[in-house]
Amino acid sequence: MTRFKRFGEYAALLVIWVGLLLLFGALSENFLTALTLGALANRVPTLMVIAAGMTLVLIIGGIDLSVGSVVGLAGAVLGVALIDWHLPLWAAAGLSLGLGALVGGANGLLSVRLGVPSFIVTLGMLEIARGLAYLVAHSQTKYIGAGVEGLSRPMTGIGVSPAFCVAMMVVAATQTALSRTMFGRYLIAIGSNEPAVRLAGINPSPAKIAVFALLGFLSGLGALFYTSRLGASDPNAGVGLELSAIAAVVIGGTSLMGGRGSVVSSFFGVLIITTLESGLAQMGATEPTKRVVTGGVIIIAVVLDAWRHRMSGQGFSLLPRFCAGTRDKASAR
Amino acid sequence: MTTPLLNVTGLHKSYNVPVLSDFSFELLHGEVHALVGSNGAGKSTFARILCGLTPANQGEIQLEGRAYAPLTKREAEHAGVIMVMQELNVIGTLTVAENIFLSRLPNRVGFVRFGELNEMARGALTRVGLSGLDPATPAARLGVGQQQLVEIAGALAQNCRLLILDEPTAALTDPEIDRLFDNIRKLQSDGVGVIYVSHRMDEIRRIANRTTVLRDGRRIATHNAAEVTPAELVREMVGHDLPERKRGAGREAGEVALRVRGLCAGERVQEVTFDVHAGEILGLAGLIGSGRTETLRAIFGADPKDRGEIFLGSATEPVKIRQPSDAVRAGIGMVPEDRKLDGLLLGQSIRVNTTLATLKRHVRGGGWLDFRKEGQTTESLRTRLALHCASGEQTVSELSGGNQQKVVVARWLARDCRVLLFDEPTRGIDVAAKDMIYQLLRDLAGERKAMVMVSSELTELMALCDRILVMSAGRVVAEFLPGQWSQEAITHAAFSGYLSDSREVRNGRPEGGSAPA
Repeated sequence: MTRFKRFGEYAALLVIWVGLLLLFGALSENFLTALTLGALANRVPTLMVIAAGMTLVLIIGGIDLSVGSVVGLAGAVLGVALIDWHLPLWAAAGLSLGLGALVGGANGLLSVRLGVPSFIVTLGMLEIARGLAYLVAHSQTKYIGAGVEGLSRPMTGIGVSPAFCVAMMVVAATQTALSRTMFGRYLIAIGSNEPAVRLAGINPSPAKIAVFALLGFLSGLGALFYTSRLGASDPNAGVGLELSAIAAVVIGGTSLMGGRGSVVSSFFGVLIITTLESGLAQMGATEPTKRVVTGGVIIIAVVLDAWRHRMSGQGFSLLPRFCAGTRDKASAR
Repeated sequence: MTTPLLNVTGLHKSYNVPVLSDFSFELLHGEVHALVGSNGAGKSTFARILCGLTPANQGEIQLEGRAYAPLTKREAEHAGVIMVMQELNVIGTLTVAENIFLSRLPNRVGFVRFGELNEMARGALTRVGLSGLDPATPAARLGVGQQQLVEIAGALAQNCRLLILDEPTAALTDPEIDRLFDNIRKLQSDGVGVIYVSHRMDEIRRIANRTTVLRDGRRIATHNAAEVTPAELVREMVGHDLPERKRGAGREAGEVALRVRGLCAGERVQEVTFDVHAGEILGLAGLIGSGRTETLRAIFGADPKDRGEIFLGSATEPVKIRQPSDAVRAGIGMVPEDRKLDGLLLGQSIRVNTTLATLKRHVRGGGWLDFRKEGQTTESLRTRLALHCASGEQTVSELSGGNQQKVVVARWLARDCRVLLFDEPTRGIDVAAKDMIYQLLRDLAGERKAMVMVSSELTELMALCDRILVMSAGRVVAEFLPGQWSQEAITHAAFSGYLSDSREVRNGRPEGGSAPA
């Protein structure tokens, strides 16, 4: 994609987001205030880092349903490490991040080595990680307090939290890795045509495993942000987060068929979906109403995207790659 | 004998090039009419038109005196025209009985009546000599031969007036073939007409009443099957109007670049042995399904090998090639048959496609891509290959077939591969683009590349190659040098593995189709 086209897409997403802000500002008089916007900035870091990793996973034509549970598990371990084992914050945080990477790596390894679609492997991991979270935390929420809250407290002068800054850096770093490194190029190539990559003499497995491990690591980071915002570790944290993350990435325009996508677009996707939820809440919409509206927006976004790409003559199927079987080798004449 | 069962006159069909031109054909009630011809002669297209898979552009088809132009397979089946395809269409997870009666399962308000179904299936299976087979067996458990018989049983179980069999015996053993022929004779006596497409001359002589030879989409001759010899048929399939002998480019072959010894891979590749030299284009001729593609894929590590060794240059130790990355490291590149499916990243730019196999040479420290260097590589290859495009940033899907093929070649040139394997490099591209590819291959030979080229167009091989090997039924059966070769001799060799009664030689299954699960 040329740079020009890409910036066109960013501009379109930016317009949609600003439009949403103005819409809710017009509908509810105290929406466009520093307080609401600050709260918004405080809400997004967890979803932001996970959506960044999820973008890369969707680009290779995979999917990861376990991220929400990994947030729960990493958060539970963080709480136990801080409260029960009296570890310092840096050690406890390192433990959660490492655990996240480990679970993510396991997802990738199982999917690649056993040739099982990532949809199935991570569906299993969704249950396993959640179960482990309850076991580790004895199904209890642990109050941590000041030990972690600093991460999510707005910094004087800038108005946003350290977590938000880290999330922005993660977005920048993953986008750079995607568009400027060999690793990113391989991801795009694998998502475009994996058999062709193999026949070009490249073994796609290491990159595939690495991308799942990276998403696991970022889920661990998300758990850290989540825990700090709550001031407590909760084994129920992150339920349903995988769907929000996928939704944000898809709204950003990343293809579920792989081979195409951008982390910056996912960043806007996160802003859009979070703004939508906050704005609806501000207007007094109930949780059920919020879900109906959000769901509708996701479908519209995907249909628009598919339509746009049919126009430009690429890809005719709405069926994502992880649903399709692998091509029969014997029929490759 | 009043009206024939099928009467075809002036049939035309073209995709980009004409595939059938002014084709006429007649099939009588109770007749077995064989269709023979080389690859691409138009046999399959004719069969596809008859069973409603593709419409003709022009011409008239009459079925029992009435105009017949089916738009769908269903419509053809309603008219009693049924085809047993070469590619097996058996669904492995369903039972044998369900496969036979899939489109018309006996049911009561949607619930399948399995008792009745299995009873019907038993009858149908008995007809093809599979009376011992339990209709409730999952089809995946059957061997290829039995699956083929199940398909034939399915065809016979319908109200069939015209049966089209496309290489029906490819996977069958002798007793199974005998039984199939008994069935065909039974159908004949019921007045059913059979169109029998096959490579196997001995079988045609046994079962057919008449034989029609197709070449380049035209009917060349129709014979009484008993009165024509295989040699005559082959001569007609080849034709006389083409220049019989074409010399290769007259290049000096250099030192040996690749030696293949006793390569075996699956059923399709048996004891393949050959050498290729630097600056040489070695042609691999043969019928579709004779194992040419599979040979290239096995050398390249794309499919597993069972046995055999591959040596590079004059090395005494064989190279271990377990996957394509091993082959590429050894300096071998492959241009696959289906460039869209196996070769290109269609949605990406020419640059991304060109540098895919050489990314490591296009990075600065730490894995950062060097876009400028990528651009330079792309630009120089673009000039070298006379690639016609707006810029290196153009998306590959926007290019013509010939230019797409060049992009795949560019990828290997960027790597400086010494050995290049081409699988049908001119398939599906227009005449002008073909000339481009020929020139490219000649230039590469001039650069001392060693090349193996699979092609189904004999004229193409004879114009380009320094040597031609002929594969038949998975084996290399003949080697031709320029001056010795003729279309007739090569075609003879290509059929030889399927000709005689030597069943052991016949390991390959002609034409593709997925292997059973």
